[in-house]
Amino acid sequence: MSENGHHIVSPKIYAAILAALLLGTWLTVQAAKIDLGRWNIVLALLIATIKMSLVILFFMHGKYSPKRTQIVIVSGFFWLAIMLGLTLTDYTTRHPEPSRSANPPAIAIHRA
Amino acid sequence: MHRTGELYGQYKTLDQQKETATLGMWIFLVTEILFFGGVFLTYSINRHQYPTAFGVGGNMLDLFLGGANTVVLIASSFTMAMSVWSAQTSKKAWVTLFLIATLILGTVFLGVKVVEYKQKFDHHLIPGHGFDITYCSKSPAAVCGLSEKEHADEVKEVKDAIETEGGVTALNAHAQLYFSLYFGMTGLHALHMIVGAGLLLWLILESRKGRFDANYNTPVENIGLYWHFVDIVWIFLFPLLYLINRHLA
Repeated sequence: MSENGHHIVSPKIYAAILAALLLGTWLTVQAAKIDLGRWNIVLALLIATIKMSLVILFFMHGKYSPKRTQIVIVSGFFWLAIMLGLTLTDYTTRHPEPSRSANPPAIAIHRA
Repeated sequence: MHRTGELYGQYKTLDQQKETATLGMWIFLVTEILFFGGVFLTYSINRHQYPTAFGVGGNMLDLFLGGANTVVLIASSFTMAMSVWSAQTSKKAWVTLFLIATLILGTVFLGVKVVEYKQKFDHHLIPGHGFDITYCSKSPAAVCGLSEKEHADEVKEVKDAIETEGGVTALNAHAQLYFSLYFGMTGLHALHMIVGAGLLLWLILESRKGRFDANYNTPVENIGLYWHFVDIVWIFLFPLLYLINRHLA
């Protein structure tokens, strides 16, 4: 990397990443067929995140990039986390509105 | 715009020049992450609000075509990476060949997407006046190409969903939301693929002139980054759209 400015990733590593990504695709399809309740989505997103990390680190040379570039990559996900995290903490903690759902609210509000 | 490997005045070395271009590409990709992030956020909020209708909608997608397309796109990312490697090691003929392979795989992906969209059209799953999530369950199994067992499962699933949602009108309204997001998200992704295919075509034409080698390969590298990014978007779209609640079917 720093010795001559750019690191050449070997085809062997690319092939290994390809195999890992195909394995991940197979795993996520198999995992979806098992009923894990709310953990299905967690597992699916976990596998997708691992696949994404492999693509960024090796196919996109993130692992071999200068620190400056790596900071930019991480900052993108940091801002994404702020957007997703803060918005979803709002939406997932609201009471369901009876007018928007036929189901009774999970928590009944008792008025005196 | 006929840039080659010559050093521009504001840089000290060619490596610095290339790193700057790559950094700029990554800054663009960060804006793309946030752009797609907003769409994923919209999807998550609506999925949280209407899990039943979204579950039914997701189960109407063709898992085989979606899975096969995932494999195709991952393979195209591999050929793209190999074309960057070929350029870095000055194997000029291989740069062109791997770029052509990437373009072919990308086109196959888009072709499969067309087949899927046509299928949704036939099954009354295009949001709008003709939308009817119960169409396949109401029709004989052969109409939507389902086996007897798949059809029986779908009839049961749709019946349960109508009950949970409190009527077929509510289910259709919320399932339309799912399919609007499905077409919006996959459409936006496909648009990026089409732009990528255009860029690849340009790269292939330039590569045929023998322009990319160990000394100068910035366009191959940076368009490669874009192509991998589009692959990553699909890596998340596939499980989110096709796989959640698949076990219910």
